[in-house]
Amino acid sequence: MLRTRATIAVGKAARAAARLRGGGSALPGLVVERLDPGFLTRMLADLPGGVVVLSGTNGKTTTTKMLVAVLRAHGRRVFTNPTGSNFTRGVISSMLGVVPASGRLDADTAVLELDEAHALRFADAVPPTHALLLNVARDQLDRFAEIDATAALLRRLAEQVRTAVVLNHDDSFVARIRPSIPAGVQVRWFGIDPALVDGLPSLYEADVRDDAGVEPEPLSSGDAMLRPRLPDAFTVSFGDGVDLGPVTLAQPGLAAMINATAAVAMARVLVGDRFDIRKTEQALRELEPAFGRGEVIDADGAPLELVLVKNPAAFTVALGTYGHRPVATMVAINDNDADGEDVSWLYDVSFASLRAGGVALTSGQRAYDMALRLQYDDVPVTAVEPDLEAGLDRFLEELPGRPRRIFCTYTAMMELRRLLQTRYGLANFGE
Amino acid sequence: MTGIPSATDAAGPSLAGPSKGLIRIIHVYPREMSIYGDLGNTRALAWRARRHGYDVEVLDHHPGAPWPRDAHLLMGGGGQDSGQARVEEDLAANAATLRALAADGVPMLMICGMYQLFGNAFVTVEGLELPGLGILDVTTRGRTHRMIGRVVVDSPMGVVVGYENHSGATTLGPGQQPFARVRVGHGNNGSDGTEGALRDHVIGCYLHGPVLPANPAVADWLIGYAAQVATGRDFEPGPIDDAVADQARTRQVHRVTELASPRPLSRWRRKVGL
Repeated sequence: MLRTRATIAVGKAARAAARLRGGGSALPGLVVERLDPGFLTRMLADLPGGVVVLSGTNGKTTTTKMLVAVLRAHGRRVFTNPTGSNFTRGVISSMLGVVPASGRLDADTAVLELDEAHALRFADAVPPTHALLLNVARDQLDRFAEIDATAALLRRLAEQVRTAVVLNHDDSFVARIRPSIPAGVQVRWFGIDPALVDGLPSLYEADVRDDAGVEPEPLSSGDAMLRPRLPDAFTVSFGDGVDLGPVTLAQPGLAAMINATAAVAMARVLVGDRFDIRKTEQALRELEPAFGRGEVIDADGAPLELVLVKNPAAFTVALGTYGHRPVATMVAINDNDADGEDVSWLYDVSFASLRAGGVALTSGQRAYDMALRLQYDDVPVTAVEPDLEAGLDRFLEELPGRPRRIFCTYTAMMELRRLLQTRYGLANFGE
Repeated sequence: MTGIPSATDAAGPSLAGPSKGLIRIIHVYPREMSIYGDLGNTRALAWRARRHGYDVEVLDHHPGAPWPRDAHLLMGGGGQDSGQARVEEDLAANAATLRALAADGVPMLMICGMYQLFGNAFVTVEGLELPGLGILDVTTRGRTHRMIGRVVVDSPMGVVVGYENHSGATTLGPGQQPFARVRVGHGNNGSDGTEGALRDHVIGCYLHGPVLPANPAVADWLIGYAAQVATGRDFEPGPIDDAVADQARTRQVHRVTELASPRPLSRWRRKVGL
């Protein structure tokens, strides 16, 4: 306990220093990780409600936020990492923000979103009781190299879970993890009602590994089945008399509905018989979109939406969600490490839905590559401005009063958010 | 819920007056071998050929399907190891056809995994030798470390920019001409300064990006030979405004060269944003 207190004191000091500098949220976690490698294990070892890990390529932040809201609506005291800082050091940094000097975390359950690669490192330190695995899509291939490798990371994570795993029935990479789950660990699925799948946009990558044994068992009683009522509402049916909805989320689109279904499936596993339909519905309805995930900013009286697009699946879904509502559009593409250096993925997205309305401006380090991509899909582009600040100024000034939308990669979003924060006085990052 | 990638929607009639002929583009193994945006190459070929005044047909070839007749241009991409394993049998079955097409001057662009399969052999990290088509005189050895990063090369069609991501190290046979010389990046193997291979009208290379949209000179080189094969006449190019492609390429060449430069002046200029 003495060591824990000492570590917390140092960590909190590092956190205060980092905040003064306006620096990144992961630094204090890094300090603690170096100083006291067993810290995280000790802090999370005894939580009675368990340690729940969420991983997958797309939707981690949104789904985590949804699951936490639903659990809190059920009276759970939840520790989570809400900043999207999804490495182990990010988890520690979040912890330093909420843990009292005494060293006892005021929580019964931990719900943590973890980057695919770091989820394993985390599991080595703290074996998760529960895991919710969302999807596998090509993302930042220069880091993970191949989709199959990402799928293997999630499989190894699932093998270490102790109590229950919730899997995406519709993602063939995730569904194929099923046979690797140890005996005695409960398996639940979430998925879209198979009767409604036709006519929905293609959301997942094709798994081209050996086809043998691809089809998972059909959804059964106790699994969460999503029935979208496009454009805005959805229901979730468990097939055993528990039916949610219709619910309309603040964040539009099918992807958010799938995330909500995943969160509800995991929440039901966690709270069991105490699962309350009304509380769950209310928590989902009241949830604000996560930072940069369909967040709407009031820009001089007109709504400005920031939409994070970090890989082809996410961009395709975002265009399907937003593309049919015509607004002034800007696309900002950076190619820093956190965005993925290789922008090849832009050619796996169809931009045809933007053809009619055109794109007002492309920006970011790869502004011209984005304009070129749009040219090959015959989407008219009015202007190209690689500098984000100059681009944002132009986008805001030339189209006063019009609703606007910016599709942006991760570091472009961070930069734009910072610029918008200065201009319009937004809330701080991750809060 | 899974979609098979395809660029067949890029096909269509000439967009520059009366048709100069029909060019048929075959995208080989779009499901298994187009993980790195390779569809963009096929899209760029079709888009440009139509603006040069040709009608364009785009066909996908999947493993096990009959080989399409009258192919004028072949495009194949990169895949994961699992995808590669699935196409080997089909490639072996069509080996004679593919060799004959290459010998007849049919232009082909083979990227990454397909480039390796067009070589003599791929030797795995464990030492297992897998035979290739032998259309390009190259041999690839598996390595444990991947060669990943931005690439700038000098090719017969001018400076070309792209992105590489491969674990195989390729060496050229004695008479085999490289596609390009490396300015920045690893290229074939990280040591001999070569990138890709060029024989007849077949280009094999490691350039993703995808390579053709921002490097239209390479695309037009392929389309030119495809037009010859398709019509029996010389290529009759149309006017295409490549201002955006030229900006994308020259800016990226400049950035990549600067990022790779060890010179203090460049670092300073980068720091102050010049």
